[in-house]
Amino acid sequence: MRRGTATTFKLSISYLILIILSLVSLFPALWIVMSSFKVGNSLFSDTFIPREFTFEHYINLFQNTRYPTWFMNTLKVATLSTIFGTFLLLLSSYAISRYRFAGRRSTLTTLLVLQMFPGFMAMIAIYVLLNTLGLLNSHWALVLVYSSGAMVTNVFVAKGFFDTIPKSLEDAARMDGASHLRLFFSIMIPLSRPMLTYAGLMIFNGCFVDFIFADLILRTEDQRTLAVGLYQMVSQRNSTEFTLFAAGAVLVAMPVTLLFLFLQRFLVEGLTAGATKG
Amino acid sequence: MHKKTKALLLSILCMGAGQLYNRQYLKGLLFLAIYAAGWYSLLNSLLGYMQGLITLGVQPSGMVKVGRLTKMVEGDHSIFMMIDGLIALLAVLLLVLLYVLNLRDAYLVGQSRDQGEPPHTFLQSLRELNRKHFAYLVLAIPAVAVLFLTILPIIFSILLAFTNYADPILPPANLVDWVGFDNFFKMVNLKVWSSTFGGVLTWTLIWAVIATFTTYVGGVLVAVLIQQPGIRFKKLWRTVLIVPFAIPSMISLLVMRNMFNNQFGPVNGYLRALGLDGIPWLTDPFWAKVTVIIANMWLGIPVTMILAIGVLTTIPKDMYEAAEVDGAGAVQKFRMITLPMVLFATAPVLIMQFAGNINNFNVIYLLTGGEPVNANYQYAGHTDLLVTWLYKLALNQSQYSFASVIGIVIFLLVASFSIWSYRRTRSYKEEDMIA
Repeated sequence: MRRGTATTFKLSISYLILIILSLVSLFPALWIVMSSFKVGNSLFSDTFIPREFTFEHYINLFQNTRYPTWFMNTLKVATLSTIFGTFLLLLSSYAISRYRFAGRRSTLTTLLVLQMFPGFMAMIAIYVLLNTLGLLNSHWALVLVYSSGAMVTNVFVAKGFFDTIPKSLEDAARMDGASHLRLFFSIMIPLSRPMLTYAGLMIFNGCFVDFIFADLILRTEDQRTLAVGLYQMVSQRNSTEFTLFAAGAVLVAMPVTLLFLFLQRFLVEGLTAGATKG
Repeated sequence: MHKKTKALLLSILCMGAGQLYNRQYLKGLLFLAIYAAGWYSLLNSLLGYMQGLITLGVQPSGMVKVGRLTKMVEGDHSIFMMIDGLIALLAVLLLVLLYVLNLRDAYLVGQSRDQGEPPHTFLQSLRELNRKHFAYLVLAIPAVAVLFLTILPIIFSILLAFTNYADPILPPANLVDWVGFDNFFKMVNLKVWSSTFGGVLTWTLIWAVIATFTTYVGGVLVAVLIQQPGIRFKKLWRTVLIVPFAIPSMISLLVMRNMFNNQFGPVNGYLRALGLDGIPWLTDPFWAKVTVIIANMWLGIPVTMILAIGVLTTIPKDMYEAAEVDGAGAVQKFRMITLPMVLFATAPVLIMQFAGNINNFNVIYLLTGGEPVNANYQYAGHTDLLVTWLYKLALNQSQYSFASVIGIVIFLLVASFSIWSYRRTRSYKEEDMIA
């Protein structure tokens, strides 16, 4: 009997801790959502739930800022980068995982070394390069840079995934006379859907929130992405228009957050695979 | 003379000649065209560009008297010259590679002709290429992208560290010059730089250790808490606690910056409501460091939690049952079974996270921006890491050469740490990639 009460006690403590942790983990999100509905524009609020609700800030966002344009820009850049990035990733990781060719080891080492340089280090060079190519202020420049960068950062996770697909599958297909391309498209791609979802999500998210590189490349307000626009809004008029920022933050975070929670299963799989396979 | 020797000699003299001799006309013509184009561009521009890489420009811009008028003449732009030179260098390497391939091909086809086999037609060659060297075909596109968008820029940045490209020497007004290891010496010996460098480096290391440790331990503990037998709604708890990972970190950090606002933020608001004094979260050097670590825990714990839950579900239940029979308590079970199992399986992640934290730009930049300002530092604040300092040096202060030095230091740090630890983890020893 004493054992029973001890367990109950332990469980209640655990539940208490879990509740506190849940509050902490949800607080910033709830707070910013509440703030976005608050009347006025100040940061300070004496109640957690605003006394009066208003949609004014959302309306304001759409009418007085370039929010819709920025949103479309972001969607365009992120979607294109995700498509190209996963394509490049798929090609390279598949080849590296499945084929033994001269220079394979040095390719792997090069990729590993490249990952160890801080990303910003190359920024100035990319800027000058894009400038000479006349690609500054263009969304294509961003897409190019994002997709090739995404390939370098995710290649090991993807390679690790391909390593786990049994070779006998391919041998069987090859026996049946499938060509390299056929094999790749009708066996490998369908099998790698969980990995593709994970990588795609990571790339999409990366493009959605990058405010540094995009800021460097995109020079005019019309070309801007959401993250850049939002960051400018915060750094320039932070304290004075806090509720407007809150509405903006909610709108930027919403799609990605929902996508993440919705595709949780793939994320968990991807993270776990990436962790054990390096 | 053997056909293979003849073909090889012809190809050495002129790319494509060996192929023509081998009666592979289309292939030969293709090589010949590349050969001609290669020489043409080499003499016409590539050599000039490569020379530019060495001199970095000789003609400064300035006022030049033309007749009776003084005119502004644009001089050489060292930085553009450097990039052009690098691209030219890559192009030449590519040509050399093609040249070697041409030799190899001429020799091999000659050899098979010696053995009496007829040479392949062009279509056959293509098919052969697809069958035998599929990996190269597939890798070609990603390789080009990485070469120009990652490798070339990184080489360029490394080279910058050996120039004097820093404000006030900025093209096109000034010419940039090679200065050897000068910047590295300044970083270590010159007081203004060395004190900042030492301080920022120390904080970067402390930060990386604490940030990795707190998120790791926190994540494992939360995972154990959720996976306890008897806890209900496991999936719900997991989903709720995963939320910080799902929200883009850029947004949550900007939100937290407001939450921790000294005067109006809700965190201090609640503290005051409890009758406590508000804490200067972002403006006091010590508290700012605490704040970034707390924020990082909020962001990082879910990731470790997901991983740890994954490991926990694989630990066989009978291990715990056996331990219970032997009279082990909860703490002992955790210490002797859970922790070793989790630690073993997630060791590579721990290493990756440490390396990631050295480069953790977002948390610092978005939350504190490196502030509060440290008067003794050169362009850096109390919470600046090497990466954020690099960013400020390059983008706000135009101290490009010093920024590159920092970049190299970060690389050396991460690289040496990774090599040291990869050699120690079992899972990497099994991988075929480690030398």
